[in-house]
Amino acid sequence: MKIKLYLVGVSAAFIFASLAKADDGYDAPDGWPSPIVEHNQGTAQFDRLEYSIPENGKDAMVWDFQGWYGSDVNRMYVKSEGENIQGDGEDAEFESLELLYSRLIADFWELQGGVGYQGGVFSDDHEERTYGVVGLQGVMPYEIETDVALQVSDEGDVSASFEGEYDLRLTQRLYLQPRTEIAMAANEVEAFGVGEGLNSVRVGMRLGYEVTRRVAPYIGAYWEKEYGETADLTRASGDRTEGTGVVAGIRLIL
Amino acid sequence: MILPPGMDGVPGISFAGIAPGETFTYRFPVRQNGTYWYHSHSGLQEQVGHVGPLIVDAAEREPFRYDREHVLLLTDWTFEDPKSVFRNLKTMEGYYNFQERTMADFFADVRRKGFSDTVEMRRMWSKMRMSSRDIADVTGSTYTYLLNGRAPEENWTALFKAGERVRLRVINGSAMSYFDVRIPGLKMTVVAADGQPVQPVPVDEFRIGVAETYDVLVSPEDDQAYTIFAESMDRSGYARATLAPRDGMQAEIPKRRQIADRGMEGMAAGAMVGMKGMDHSGMSRDDMEGMDHSNMSGGDMEGMDHGSGDGMAKEKAKTRENGMLVAGEAQPGSRYGEAGIGIDPDERRVLVYRDLKAFTPWPDRRGPGRELELHLTGNMERYMWSFDGKKFSEVSGPIHFEKDERLRLILINDTMMEHPIHLHGMWMELENGQGELIPRKHTLNVKPGERVSALITADAEGSWAFHCHLLYHMEAGMFRVVQVS
Repeated sequence: MKIKLYLVGVSAAFIFASLAKADDGYDAPDGWPSPIVEHNQGTAQFDRLEYSIPENGKDAMVWDFQGWYGSDVNRMYVKSEGENIQGDGEDAEFESLELLYSRLIADFWELQGGVGYQGGVFSDDHEERTYGVVGLQGVMPYEIETDVALQVSDEGDVSASFEGEYDLRLTQRLYLQPRTEIAMAANEVEAFGVGEGLNSVRVGMRLGYEVTRRVAPYIGAYWEKEYGETADLTRASGDRTEGTGVVAGIRLIL
Repeated sequence: MILPPGMDGVPGISFAGIAPGETFTYRFPVRQNGTYWYHSHSGLQEQVGHVGPLIVDAAEREPFRYDREHVLLLTDWTFEDPKSVFRNLKTMEGYYNFQERTMADFFADVRRKGFSDTVEMRRMWSKMRMSSRDIADVTGSTYTYLLNGRAPEENWTALFKAGERVRLRVINGSAMSYFDVRIPGLKMTVVAADGQPVQPVPVDEFRIGVAETYDVLVSPEDDQAYTIFAESMDRSGYARATLAPRDGMQAEIPKRRQIADRGMEGMAAGAMVGMKGMDHSGMSRDDMEGMDHSNMSGGDMEGMDHGSGDGMAKEKAKTRENGMLVAGEAQPGSRYGEAGIGIDPDERRVLVYRDLKAFTPWPDRRGPGRELELHLTGNMERYMWSFDGKKFSEVSGPIHFEKDERLRLILINDTMMEHPIHLHGMWMELENGQGELIPRKHTLNVKPGERVSALITADAEGSWAFHCHLLYHMEAGMFRVVQVS
C-alpha cells in the first residue's frame, strides 16, 4: 500500500485547524473555566457492509465506510469504498480510500478536499493509483443525501462521481432506501477499465430495519450498466456490461 | 433567584466552580418569595439529577389562601450518559425521534385532507429538509419522565382532605422536556408564574416550559383520587402522580394524545388557507402592518406559524414618539394567545401567556430607553444553536446593559423549536399586552417563528448568564454573558 507520507503532513495540519477554538471573548478572571466548552465530535459508519450476489459473475463482500472527527464547521473525513470478490484468488480492493478536510459552507453542505488511494488492501493484487479529490457532500432539497466528487489522479486523469440516496420511512424502524451512483471520466485509463465519458450507472434499492438507530440489517437489489468506452473495455475482457444482483448486509454506526 | 453576582453559581461567570471535594457556601439576602428551583450549571450535570426545588415562604400575606401545599418537581431521566445523549444529537439528526412521519401517516392524511394538500404539505417539509414531527430533541425513547423523582408506575402521592384548598407548586426542572399538566376532574387556578404572584386564572391545563414554575390552587371536594398528569409536549411519555385523600389510591390515567405535526397550529385556527406561501386571508390589512416576516427561518417558512392571529387586531402598533411600542404592549408577531403545538384550545381551557397579569404594577414604571433585538437561531441538521447566528464560542464579548437602564429585550425565534430563554440576575417583565400589569418572569418560552419582548431594569451590577434552558441547546452554544456596568 503506497499511501504517501505527505498525506500524514496534510492531515496533521487539518486536524490542528479543526482543534483551534475561537476565543469566547468573555473577560473572566484567570483560572475560571469557560461557562460553555465546545468539544469535537466524531462518528464512524458503514453505510453499507454487504454481501453481494450478482446474477452473473462472482459474489463479493462490499463496504462503504465513512468516519469524521472535528467541530461543527471543520472536520476530517475518512471515506472508503471497496470490495473483496470471493474466490478470485485476490485480496480485497479499495475502490477508494480518501482522507479529506471538510468545511461547512452552507446549512446543509460541506466542501471537502483531500487525497485518495485506489488499489489493493495489504497486497499488490490490484492496480494502484493515488489522486486528489474535491467534493461536495450534503443534503439536497427533498432530503436527498448527496456526495459529488471530482478526482484528478497522479497521472493527471480526471474523473467524477455522484452518489445520491433517500430514506423513505415505512414505519418508525423500517425504511426503504433508493440509491444511485454515477461515474464519469475525462480520460480513458485502460488499467482501471475506465473509458472517456459516462462510465457507469448503478441503481439500488434497500429495505432496512433499524434494530437500534446504530444497527440496521437490510436486503436489497441493484441494477448496473456500463456505457461507451468503459463498456467496450469490459466487453474486450469478456465480461458483461449490464447486470443485476441482490445484496444482504448491515448498516452500522459506531 | 435575585442573587449577588458571586452567588449565582455559574462556573466561569459567578465563580470558578466547585471542585470535587470542595465546599462552597452560598450566602445571599432573600429578597423574594415563591416557588423556584436550583440546579448545577456545570457541564451536563443537570441531566443526571443535580436539581432541586427552592421554596421561599412569604413573610407577608400572599394574595391567596390555601390549607396545604405540595411541591411537584418534573424532571426527565435517562440511564444514558448525558455526553452520549449530546453526541447522538450532534452526530445523527432525529436520533431519539420514534414518532417520525411514515407511509401510514401519509395515507391517513390523504384520506383526511385529500391527495393534493397532503402531497403539497409533504413536498414543502421535504424541500426544507426538516421534519414536521421535530417537537422534542430528546424523547420518551430514552427518558423516563419523573415527578418528585418517581416514575409514573411508582405513583407518587400527594395527600389532601376533601374540601381543602391545596396549593401545588409545579416546577419544570427537566433538561429538555416541556410538559402539559392537568388534573382530570379538577379546575386549577394559576396564582403564580415563575414564583411571582399573578391574578388568578382558572384553567384545565397548562403548558410548562423548561425552568418555568407555576403555582396552582385546587379544591378537591370529593373523597376520591385524582391523577396529576404531565404529558411531554411531543406525547412520547408522561409523568404522573396522584392527589388522594389516602395513600395507596389511584385514579384513571388519561389517554395520551397523538404527536402533532408542526405547521398545524396556525391552520387549526383557520387563519390560513393552504400552506402555499403567504396566505393571510384570515387577517385584516391593518394586522399586516408592522409584522416582520423577514424573521422567519428561511424563505421556505413564510406563511407558517403565523398562528391564529389571536388578538392581533388589538395589537395595532401603539407606538411612542421615538417609534418604540408603548411599554406593556405585545409585539406584532407574538402569539401570547396560543398555548402552542399539540394543544387543542377547544378541548379544554389552557393557560396562555396573555392570561398572566400581575396584581400591581412592578416598581420601575419607566418606558424602555432602548431596544435590544436578539434572534434565536440554529442549524438543526448539525445541532448548532445560537443567538444571532453565533454560538457562544463565536461571539467576541458580553451583551452590555447600562447599570440602572430600562431596556426592552426583543426575542425573535428563527427556528422551528420552542426555546425557554432564561436571564440570570434580573427579572424580565413579559410584554404580553397587559399594559401596566405585565407579569414578571425569569424564563420566557418563545414559540417557533414568534417575536416576544420583555422589559428589563438593569439593576444588578455584574456578569450574568443568559441562555436557552434546554440543556443541550445551551451546551451547543445558545448561551451569552450579560454584563451590567
